Amino acid sequence: MSAYDLPNRNGHFGPYGGVFVAETLISALEDLREQYEYYRHDPDFQAEFAYELKHYVGRPSPIYHAKRWSEHLGGAQILLKREDLNHTGAHKINNTIGQALLARRMGKQRVIAETGAGQHGVATATVAARYGMECVVYMGSEDIRRQATNVYRMKLLGATVVPVESGSRTLKDALNEAMRDWVTNVENTFYIIGTVAGPHPYPMMVRDFQAIIGDEAKVQMQEDFNRQPDALIACVGGGSNAIGLFYPYINDINVRLIGVEAAGKGIDTNQHAATLSMGKPGVLHGNRTYLIQDENGQIIETHSISAGLDYPGVGPEHAWLKDCGRAEYVAITDDEALDAFHKLCRYEGIMPALESSHALAYAAKYAPTLTKDKLLLVNLSGRGDKDMATVAQMSGLTL
Amino acid sequence: MQISLNGIKNLIKFFSSDDDTGSTNRIAKTFTALQKQKRKALIPFITAGDPNPEITVQLMNQLVQSGADIIELGVPFSDPMADGPTIQRSSERALKHHVSLNDVLDMVAIFRKSDTNTPVVLMGYANPIEALGYETFAAKAKDCGVDGVLIVDYPPEESNEWVRCLDQHGIDTIFLLSPTTPQERIRQVAGMAKGYIYYVSLKGVTGASHLDLQDVSAMVGQLRNYISIPIGVGFGIRDGATAKAVAGLADAVVVGSRIIEEIEKSPDAELLSNVGDLLSALRKAIDEN
Repeated sequence: MSAYDLPNRNGHFGPYGGVFVAETLISALEDLREQYEYYRHDPDFQAEFAYELKHYVGRPSPIYHAKRWSEHLGGAQILLKREDLNHTGAHKINNTIGQALLARRMGKQRVIAETGAGQHGVATATVAARYGMECVVYMGSEDIRRQATNVYRMKLLGATVVPVESGSRTLKDALNEAMRDWVTNVENTFYIIGTVAGPHPYPMMVRDFQAIIGDEAKVQMQEDFNRQPDALIACVGGGSNAIGLFYPYINDINVRLIGVEAAGKGIDTNQHAATLSMGKPGVLHGNRTYLIQDENGQIIETHSISAGLDYPGVGPEHAWLKDCGRAEYVAITDDEALDAFHKLCRYEGIMPALESSHALAYAAKYAPTLTKDKLLLVNLSGRGDKDMATVAQMSGLTL
Repeated sequence: MQISLNGIKNLIKFFSSDDDTGSTNRIAKTFTALQKQKRKALIPFITAGDPNPEITVQLMNQLVQSGADIIELGVPFSDPMADGPTIQRSSERALKHHVSLNDVLDMVAIFRKSDTNTPVVLMGYANPIEALGYETFAAKAKDCGVDGVLIVDYPPEESNEWVRCLDQHGIDTIFLLSPTTPQERIRQVAGMAKGYIYYVSLKGVTGASHLDLQDVSAMVGQLRNYISIPIGVGFGIRDGATAKAVAGLADAVVVGSRIIEEIEKSPDAELLSNVGDLLSALRKAIDEN
């Protein structure tokens, strides 16, 4: 296998990715591509990014061996990459810092973002406060209702949260509205996209900023375990935490890459968000990728217990990794994720995000089929404090 | 002797095949005729199926009667990213009736039974086309009498295969240019665009209201250096005065959100006449030039 070097110059990962946007955004994306191309090779930019990740985010995040849970499961050892310990409680901040530093260098005083669960919105509001930028976050009115705490958190950080009333009033509609804002205010505004989706160069750029996860893991695995894991497991909504962990391992073909999608109430129902497992290729939000859609090409509302996975598309690089066979994608139901959530609380004293609980649930299925000397590295992409109301509700309680 | 319906269809296809690829298709014919009369084209936009699928063909006929030269027919989509609230709502109303791309093509075919002259341009987003497939779409669109297609999120760099396929079927691929398009790119788009160029008059989504005539004038002037096909201007044209002013600068005036607003606020019984009155007024203003 020759070294992996996608995307190509036009932002294509095989047939996926690309720049499928209206004309008004083309020159802004071209500008962004050129500037990013320059700064990714700029030692000053990279040094500032590294400094912020260390001193502001608190990196590197440790790898933790979940010994009690592994023993209980009775198979492979489960190791957790602790992105939940980052400032703001998830991996999202790695990317928002990178994009904010770029926005500053490009002279943009205003940043906008879309958010579903609110994690990316909080991470954007955080860096906007940190660098003194105006911040507007678009959020579906349905999600605002479900994620009241994060809405208040963004407001405390000085961001304006704009409710989106169109379409299904969730993440995909928030993304549409952020695009509309960008097209209108393209001169002074930087759009901080939260996942490895959108038009080129976003999928590549967000991946590069998140690749710190896998870069650290490679060093830490060697230091702590004297070898690399047998498999990497990460949840996939848009897919940024997964690609961040997978990317540095793509050429290491002995390491299995397993992405875990949200099967919601079951992939045989119409209430899931398992895009790669059940979707078909199409074009949405600026790129060609797998989409959950009806036979006429209309995008269908998705469902997951975890708002962060509740998205009808997926990053184009995941679409390509699936088609070329380098990564595998499986799906975990709401109930299985919830069970893993409770298990990690009780066996390890760690409360995982419901998104990450999908990856944990697959690890819990997979580990018992392997011998005890195998190592599974699970990306614990976020902490679960934000999900307490949802978990309580699922257990028949109100807080 | 009896000739089957299919036989007639094939005969018509055979005799019209020269028209398909040459400069004599309906869009080119329309602009040539207007140029001779020193008039500018009025291009109204409506969303197919809004407010219901039954009225769309009647509405198209009404638009022609009231002075439309070309009709832009919107294909409803669940995620219309380049549209403002007005056209978003029209898409949502059409989707409540589950209007699909196939349904839109069928509407054009019905329209063609009574109107064989007025060009119809479909306007919409990529994914319904992706779902149907380029070839299937192009073949059916040609059969139904579609003359041009503008897909907002198919920019030229992603459109080689798309243009090739529509070209084979003699359908024009219409592209957008915007105030942010750099010169080098205008040249590139000019090489691919057919039918007419749709110049988006402002940075923003459809239905915005801050059109700057001086900017439009400067940019259209610049576009003429590179572009030999007609130039239409749209986004932000809301009344006779702006329509007239834009007609003084460009070859065609595209009006969308203002018509959708009229559809939205009209009771069913008055819908056709209200839209007709609005269009007649725009026509009159344009022809005053």
